[in-house]
Amino acid sequence: MVYSEKVLEHYRNPRNVGSLPKDDPNVGTGLVGAPECGDVMKLQIKINPENDVIEDARFKTFGCGSAIASSSLVTEWVKGKTVAEALEIKNTEIVKELDLPPVKVHCSVLAEDAIKAAIADYRKKQTGAAAETP
Amino acid sequence: MALKLPIYMDNHATTPVDPRVVEAMLPYFTVHFGNAASRNHSFGWEAEKAVENARAQIASLIGATPKEIIFTSGATESDNLAIKGVAEMYREKGDHIITMAIEHKAVLDTCKRLQKYGYRITYLPVNSEGLIDLDDLRRAITPRTILISIMYANNEIGVLQPIAEIGKLAKEYGVPFHSDATQAVGKIPFDVEQFNVDLVSLSAHKMYGPKGIGALYVRRRNPRVQLAPIIDGGGHERGMRSGTLNVPGIVGFGKACEIAAAEMASEGERLRRLRDKLRHGLQSQLDEVYVNGSLEHRLPHNLNMSFAYVEGESLLMGINDVALSSGSACTSATLEPSYVLKALGVGEDLAHTSIRFGLGRFNTEEEVDYVIARVTEVVKRLRELSPLYEMAKEGIALKKKM
Repeated sequence: MVYSEKVLEHYRNPRNVGSLPKDDPNVGTGLVGAPECGDVMKLQIKINPENDVIEDARFKTFGCGSAIASSSLVTEWVKGKTVAEALEIKNTEIVKELDLPPVKVHCSVLAEDAIKAAIADYRKKQTGAAAETP
Repeated sequence: MALKLPIYMDNHATTPVDPRVVEAMLPYFTVHFGNAASRNHSFGWEAEKAVENARAQIASLIGATPKEIIFTSGATESDNLAIKGVAEMYREKGDHIITMAIEHKAVLDTCKRLQKYGYRITYLPVNSEGLIDLDDLRRAITPRTILISIMYANNEIGVLQPIAEIGKLAKEYGVPFHSDATQAVGKIPFDVEQFNVDLVSLSAHKMYGPKGIGALYVRRRNPRVQLAPIIDGGGHERGMRSGTLNVPGIVGFGKACEIAAAEMASEGERLRRLRDKLRHGLQSQLDEVYVNGSLEHRLPHNLNMSFAYVEGESLLMGINDVALSSGSACTSATLEPSYVLKALGVGEDLAHTSIRFGLGRFNTEEEVDYVIARVTEVVKRLRELSPLYEMAKEGIALKKKM
């Protein structure tokens, strides 16, 4: 199988690899996939609570080159977007950008799921914090 | 000597044709190009002579007589012929076949097809080393068993089944015994009398011969095994396999066997040493690296390892100047990893991290050193990218499904 240049570029120079502090109230962590399927993605986003803008993002992925490229790409795309805008990101856009073949479409789906999971985690933290009595 | 990239270390998938084999084959394309079945002229006689010479070279490698070698298009066809041929011929006697879970698809899929025609198949399990249990085999035999088919060396993990003991057992119960010996012949000693085997599948392109040619050994004495052909038309190869013989391919196959017979012992030792160096090199520099299958009962040139927390395809992508293969099924339609590793009880997450190394005649020690360094480098880099490695370091167990 020949990989697209875009996938290879992300694989060789992945963007935003690493971790953000999990306990930071403004960090959302999404962990999706399963080792048995050969694909696990961890996506973390740091959000400015005043304007809901994603200021920073980090990822770590266990998976093939296309999975690594999909998650790397997604960290680039979410930075600077509001949470609402990030939720709009569709896996089909990832497929198009990276020229993913049909057998690798599931990698883009997982990346989209990772964004949603990270945002859901952030929301949960916000509502949990709001519910705390000072 | 400068290292030549890319390095080929996937010799279980196929092997380069030895230049000596190519040289032997060439005249049979343009000079001695006759049809070996042409009885009436020298073109035919010369071709036939070359075929019979090759037949003897192949027979000699496995301790058989030339009349017992049938030429086919490869081991897949040989497997089909052996299993379907026996199934049809011995239908009156029984309808039960015993094979094992980690056979090549050429055997497994042939058995599945026979199941559709009403045959019963027993698939023996293997233990965590990749070996069958001889007691399981004994218990599985019934009065209606007409064939036992167990491969000698497995193509993914290189593990060797106890073929002499299986042959002895099969003979005790009078059940024909077929073995797909494609990965073993020409690499380690193989003798049809010592192993009590009745049918053996062989392939040229796994032993530095050309693709598109193989053979099936069919025992003629003690006892005589009979086969119904699966290809009709012309009655070539004693009626067992019709079709004009691939003379250049056969000549090449014969030459490859002759070379293997002469060089097998020393080559085996050299490759075993290189394989062990590869293993030690990797395991001494990386933690959590596991060998899949028995180390003791194994081809000298095979290594199949799991690199925890690093997915196989991404690892191969990083070592893009070395040709290897992976048990991860990222490229297949399903997300299922190797069925062979699954049968060993290797967890699916580890199965996705497996890499198969197949050393061969043309690999050098320098290449092995390079591969050790590259694999180590890429595994370390990908572990930094891996959430599973991070969690393992933090002592967190990952829940099954997110």
